[in-house]
Amino acid sequence: MVVDHGRAHEAHRAGRPVPDAPAWTTAPGGRRHVLPHHSGDALIVVAPSAGRAGATRPPVAAVLGALGVALVAAVAVAVTLGAVAIPLDRVLATLAGRGEPTESAIVLSLRLPRVLGAALVGAALAVAGTLLQGLLRNPLADPYVLGTSAGASVAGTVGLLVAGPLGYLVVPAFAFAGALGSTAFVWRVARVGAHVPIVSLLLAGVVLSAVAGSVVALLLVMSDRLQLRLAAVLGWLMGGVSVVSWEQLGVAAALVAVSVTLGLATASRLDALALGEDAAASLGVDVERLKRVILVASALLTATAVSLAGLVGFVGLVVPHAARLVVGPRHARLLPACALGGATFVVLADLLARVALAPAELPVGVISGLVGGPFFFALLWRQRDSYRL
Amino acid sequence: MTVLAATSLVAGYGAADVLGGIDLECRGGERVALVGPNAAGKTTLVRCLAGLLRPRHGDVLLDGASVGMLDARARARRIAVVPQTFVTPFAFTVREIVGLGRTAYIGPFGGLSSDDRRAIDKALAEAGCTAVAERPFAELSGGERQRAVLAMALAQEADVLLLDEPTVHLDPVHQRETLARLGRIARDRGRVCIAVLHDLNLASALCDRVVVVDRGRIVADGTPAAVLTQHTIDRVFGPGLRVLAGRTPPAIVPLT
Repeated sequence: MVVDHGRAHEAHRAGRPVPDAPAWTTAPGGRRHVLPHHSGDALIVVAPSAGRAGATRPPVAAVLGALGVALVAAVAVAVTLGAVAIPLDRVLATLAGRGEPTESAIVLSLRLPRVLGAALVGAALAVAGTLLQGLLRNPLADPYVLGTSAGASVAGTVGLLVAGPLGYLVVPAFAFAGALGSTAFVWRVARVGAHVPIVSLLLAGVVLSAVAGSVVALLLVMSDRLQLRLAAVLGWLMGGVSVVSWEQLGVAAALVAVSVTLGLATASRLDALALGEDAAASLGVDVERLKRVILVASALLTATAVSLAGLVGFVGLVVPHAARLVVGPRHARLLPACALGGATFVVLADLLARVALAPAELPVGVISGLVGGPFFFALLWRQRDSYRL
Repeated sequence: MTVLAATSLVAGYGAADVLGGIDLECRGGERVALVGPNAAGKTTLVRCLAGLLRPRHGDVLLDGASVGMLDARARARRIAVVPQTFVTPFAFTVREIVGLGRTAYIGPFGGLSSDDRRAIDKALAEAGCTAVAERPFAELSGGERQRAVLAMALAQEADVLLLDEPTVHLDPVHQRETLARLGRIARDRGRVCIAVLHDLNLASALCDRVVVVDRGRIVADGTPAAVLTQHTIDRVFGPGLRVLAGRTPPAIVPLT
């Protein structure tokens, strides 16, 4: 990696931070600059009452246990509520095969697949966001704002067009290609030498998302076949969990399991990457290989989420941030916490989407957007000093 | 005893060579200062010695074996680099930062073993930051932060310590303290200890050996008294610095 000392010094002398320079060579001059500069996240943690909170991270088993209980509770509540309320004991009877036919149909073919789908979407997006943030060393990264989701949705729509009875395999495969391709494209567009400035990445992501939206609209107008599935495609664009079969759910679960495992395998190396690529390399990390693994894992996760629910925004932004406040920044704890927390978050958001304006249903993307959008702005507001151009 | 050697080292970025044939041999136990004007190639030399930049010609040998043949993990167990102080986007505590020094000892899915924890405690103590171990790294003062970064490198338990301007953000007292600490670390374990320094007086007073790099070549190498002469200083840094007569180790002041 070429170190651009001249540029860093120049910007520093002009009183500006250097957001895209590798952190350990930037050394933005002593204590005055460092806090407000790269460490929006740190600021939030050390802000009001947290104080020296870093010292006392709670035991990870307790946190994961609590999150697991919360997820099970959220799933239970979400299965019982809806257009027709079905008490938990009758849901359990249905699962045991002793249910009344109508209720069995509702629980087994509609509600449970949708709730479990929402859980998978949440876990996938939250873990993808965590991985991308670790890779880019910036808490503003997320598959939605980087355009990965949009790339996956275009390719997924094409997949819908060509898919026959094996749609539950074809659509994720196309979405994966789209996710990987769009990540590589955005990365390539934003990259300056060895630096990948987050501002350029976000801009490229925004533009890619807009273009992707237009392409999907174009495909929709041109294809009779898609128009027959208009509701499904619109749901995709706005972000709605639509699970059509248990096979689809099974494939998604397997993909999420594989990619979360990949992420966990890299956890300690991803921690080291927080110090910058050169520092990580000197700590023993094969940085290029790590990048490839993370990009593939996050593209797999994004593709899975998009295949199930289309464009659900900001989950990958909100959940890792909240999780970091509780378990700290180390990925071995952060990734499982995000998987469970993200699953719970989307299950509850989807429940809210179903019952808030009942009998009308909102797409879950509306809820996550209403929660996550302001959250993104708050993060940007705290970090805005770092992004002056 | 560990020996780190560069032989006819040529390296650079893009089309240009930054280093034009460097021969250097450093033995465990000595504190070596790399000095020279800006853009002389000091940082590039450190990156080559660390195995982070592949040389175009020549080789870097650690106890006779090429550093380029080691994979990242094996290399990190032998060679530690202390970067200039860095900032992290996430809120690590000091202990967590120092724990990153153990990355090369942790396998996939692995966590810190009891050996790792012992090494971390020892590194915290050696670098003098046990007292701040549980504090958020971002809240530390410049001097504390520098010591934490040093502790991270010490936790690697490597035989070679390479430091890129370790004193750049420190006040004079902390600069002295850092180099004194390095001296103890180098001697106690027979470690190779090489630091890029900008302050010639610091190099003179607190290092056993001074290597002057200019335009990608080594132009002087020896004890501070042998190397920091008016002649060499003039040749490398141009006029504007005076070596005070009759001082051992030499002292250098700017001309007014």
